[in-house]
Amino acid sequence: MAKSRHEALGLSDDQVLEMFKTMLLARKIDERMWLLNRAGKIPFVISCQGQEAAQVGAAFALDREKDYAAPYYRDMGVVLAFGMTPRELMLSGFAKSEDPNSGGRQMPGHFGQKKNRILTGSSPVTTQVPHAVGVALAAKMEKKDFVSFVTLGEGSSNQGDFHEGLNFAGVHKLPVITMVENNKYAISVPIEKQLGCEKVSDRAIGYGMPGFTIDGNDPLAVYEAVKAARERAVKGEGPTLIEAVSYRLTAHSSDDDDRTYREREEVEEAKKKDSIITFANYLKENGILNDEQEKALHDEMAKIINDATDYAENAPYAEAESALKYVYAE
Amino acid sequence: MPIMSYIQAVTQALKEEMERDEKVFVLGEDVGKKGGVFRATDGLYDQFGEERVIDTPLAESAIAGVGIGAAMYGLRPVAEMQFADFIMPAVNQIISEAARIRYRSNNDWNCPITIRAPYGGGVHGALYHSQSVEAVFANQPGLKIVMPSTPYDVKGLLKAAIRDEDPVLFFEHKRAYRLLKGEVPEDDYVLPIGKADVKREGSDITVITYGLCVHFALQAAEKLAEEGISAHILDLRTVYPLDQEAIIEAAKKTGKVLLVTEDNKEGSIISEVSAIISENCLFDLDAPIQRLAGPNVPAMPYAPPMEKFFMMNPDKVEKAMRELAEY
Repeated sequence: MAKSRHEALGLSDDQVLEMFKTMLLARKIDERMWLLNRAGKIPFVISCQGQEAAQVGAAFALDREKDYAAPYYRDMGVVLAFGMTPRELMLSGFAKSEDPNSGGRQMPGHFGQKKNRILTGSSPVTTQVPHAVGVALAAKMEKKDFVSFVTLGEGSSNQGDFHEGLNFAGVHKLPVITMVENNKYAISVPIEKQLGCEKVSDRAIGYGMPGFTIDGNDPLAVYEAVKAARERAVKGEGPTLIEAVSYRLTAHSSDDDDRTYREREEVEEAKKKDSIITFANYLKENGILNDEQEKALHDEMAKIINDATDYAENAPYAEAESALKYVYAE
Repeated sequence: MPIMSYIQAVTQALKEEMERDEKVFVLGEDVGKKGGVFRATDGLYDQFGEERVIDTPLAESAIAGVGIGAAMYGLRPVAEMQFADFIMPAVNQIISEAARIRYRSNNDWNCPITIRAPYGGGVHGALYHSQSVEAVFANQPGLKIVMPSTPYDVKGLLKAAIRDEDPVLFFEHKRAYRLLKGEVPEDDYVLPIGKADVKREGSDITVITYGLCVHFALQAAEKLAEEGISAHILDLRTVYPLDQEAIIEAAKKTGKVLLVTEDNKEGSIISEVSAIISENCLFDLDAPIQRLAGPNVPAMPYAPPMEKFFMMNPDKVEKAMRELAEY
């Protein structure tokens, strides 16, 4: 019998099931946050929906014990895979004191957690690219075998920091993997109005690194590309640019109405390729998941997310005056 | 004690810190083989190699941003901006990132980067090789801005900047590089960031300034002493955050305060110093606070007469000091 795709990549049944669970968890937490937002309980949501396969597929290809991640604001799948918990994500959603990302100082989606090597991020897009390059520079200088992994949207690939950062990495052959999560929209502006070239990966040649465009709805394709990039990086062969193409299934954020700029038919069409459905089908076809187990998984997720929501909702805010702390070392 | 120029003190501090701590490294344009366009990193490439003295691509946001990433990891980068005027492409990295990393992560991450840049005029540098840019950064909590006035202070403060747990902008006056010489101890000393320094004790008027203007004020004070005018001179050394205590003490000491910068007058460092004095010293003042600064034009022009018109010098400072003394 021919090997299944995941076996050919060296992934066990348990590992792909774990990937699926992480994707599903990200989706379900995100959905809950929208409900909480619409119920007036949290002021803001920015979604990962539609990009979970790329995020989780990539994270599973990294060494999550030593690699560094510089995620962007949609990367709930990445941070979950790197060790952030549902409770911690909900604490961030509710802006509570215990939120490990910022103690309630930043909006949700502004990830950061030193113990899991998740660099702290901001709102101006693409500033994280040079940071990841700096971490990779440190890896090279200290002759360590970790890599840094940075993500951004396709619109952000127009920013100067993208070009400056990738060129620096190319010149110094640094172990950094840049993954552009191309979800086809930068808020309302479609990709045709963002890129002078056809694909984001076309830009790689200008920085002296290989560039690949892959199906971001397929976690195994993303896993394969990131795995190969990581192997190159630790062998001293330098950086890689990966463009994972998917679709943003929600509006840009809870403050956006995407009906003003894209047709519903287009969104409905994209939902047919939703990785939460297609990857579940793959697992079922390979006998790793059945309908019953899938339902049990959904129930388990609901429990975890209910717990996280209750915990975060009841957790205290930081003291108001604590806003004065940590401007400088204390 | 050896006599060193201002720029030799920069090089000496870098060399000593790189010898002391292998996590310290230098990155910037032309800092490697060439040793910097002003030769501030002279000899470091030969001593420490290209991995720790990194010639970067010509891209200031990456110089700052890559340094910030390395600093978050735990290294001690010293990034050089070739001219302070060229720091502008890196402002997003410095203000949105470096300044906020500790605060926004609730003390989880920090960013111990030093960013050095030569600033200041009087070198025929025209609009884009003469500017003072400190005011751009001086309302950004999370940053520290150091602007030393003597070779002794350069060494002690640059070492302190490199060892600081937070981002420090270190602005060096390019005309001071070879103009100013002074005694610099061979030993490993650091000076406190955030502390102003009395450069001359006096009783009639107080001059508060920083950088090369300290030198101008000291020269003027020598002349005025012959006329019986005694000037007290406070060197801010760190222009952000300001040493409020030292400013208030110096202002109260004579009750007549002249503030000097070669930057444009409006919204400058000395504007904030003036506000601090106004809030705290109203009943101790015997004259209105005086500000002597560059005119409010974008930057100093190239043609010598116009450059001289813009640029601060000892005569302008002396005149302002005399007028205040006579008030």
